[in-house]
Amino acid sequence: MADVHLPRTLTPLFPDLPRQLDVDAGTVDEAIERLNERYPGLRDRLCEAGPAIRPHIHFYVDRERAALDTPLAPASRVDVIAAISGG
Amino acid sequence: MSRTLVLIGTRKGCFVLESDADRRDWSLRGPFCESWPVYHAVYDQGSGTIFAAAASEWHGSAVWRSGDLGETWEHSSEGLTYGEDGRRFSKISTLAAGHGRLLVGAEAPGIFESRDGGETFSLLSTLAGEPGSEGWDDPANQPPGHLGISGIELHPDDPSRFYAIVQGVGLWETTDDGSNWTPRNRGLRADWPREHEEVGFCVHKLVRADDERMFQQNHVGMHRTDDGGASWTEITEGLPTEFGFGAAVNPHDRDTFMVIPLDPGHGRTMPDGQAAVWITRDAGSSWQRSDEGLPQNGAYLGVLRQGLTSDTYDVPGFYFGTSTGQVFATADEGGSWQEIASYLPPISSVHATVIE
Repeated sequence: MADVHLPRTLTPLFPDLPRQLDVDAGTVDEAIERLNERYPGLRDRLCEAGPAIRPHIHFYVDRERAALDTPLAPASRVDVIAAISGG
Repeated sequence: MSRTLVLIGTRKGCFVLESDADRRDWSLRGPFCESWPVYHAVYDQGSGTIFAAAASEWHGSAVWRSGDLGETWEHSSEGLTYGEDGRRFSKISTLAAGHGRLLVGAEAPGIFESRDGGETFSLLSTLAGEPGSEGWDDPANQPPGHLGISGIELHPDDPSRFYAIVQGVGLWETTDDGSNWTPRNRGLRADWPREHEEVGFCVHKLVRADDERMFQQNHVGMHRTDDGGASWTEITEGLPTEFGFGAAVNPHDRDTFMVIPLDPGHGRTMPDGQAAVWITRDAGSSWQRSDEGLPQNGAYLGVLRQGLTSDTYDVPGFYFGTSTGQVFATADEGGSWQEIASYLPPISSVHATVIE
């Protein structure tokens, strides 16, 4: 199970969505899909048409910058980061 | 007892100002929508729902909705996409609620509809093939920062008839729910070369008085139509500048109408730092300045296209919100103005409604 950490900007958008949760998935894209099944609409908040990760959202798998097709190991840590932007 | 609600869309969320029918004392609630930038917030009288068009730099565009006047909120963007065809969907720029559905104007230009109260959306029209569409369909001209649907004006009785503004291109009317469109720009002035006879006009704001009469503020002047948009007459004379965004009509008097002229240069603030609204009571033949209660020294206030509105009382209130976070209101048709909110984030939209 991947250990997924979500940004503080995301969790208020879905009732009961925690900052951290375990997800059984083989890639980043599959992890997003598993999350979307549990929290409908969540994919749209992280991805745009393409599909592609939104420009101001970054994924890291085991501390390395990741894309949708980046594979996940059973014990991977996934960090979803909202870019430092805005004012 | 009537409740008066003024919905404020700001760079940092949606706020709700509330008063009674006297409209003297106001309370403020918010920010809502997780403080996402809100471009337009409206109240749907039919369903009793507040809808707010929002776009987060991190999490994209969505329509927020509240069925309990702001106590709780949900959001959705399901169906708000052009799919994989390369057309970019950057933000929702305007909303229009009525006849049991919500219409959503988007950038790049497209109109979506929701018939389930904002839970899901489907594409209604991109005005495909209309003159000028070759420009807005060019990915190089697509957002961020380019063209979108900047206004939708519904017909009160005919769901299939409405008007839509394509930013920087012009005004269109459909009478068959978006299947076919007619440009409605004859008589408008443009101070730049145009590729098409029927379009190429920068329409900022359209407001409807009745089936025949509408007013519009555009990039180079104020205009009035008395034939449902088939032809336009310029009514700028008497105003301090030809440029502005906000406009609002008295819902009970087709001749009475307010605008906020702005410096047409880069500043786009009220001229000379002296805040004023201008009123016509004869459909634009003459204009009167209204500034009692408005700041007259160093007040470089901007008001955007959804930033001026009216309510529906017998003596309607008018409201405007500024780019510096103030909301001003008049309950005597511009006789005097009251500052009813002072320190909000930059304001994109103001929408007033009366709940009985």
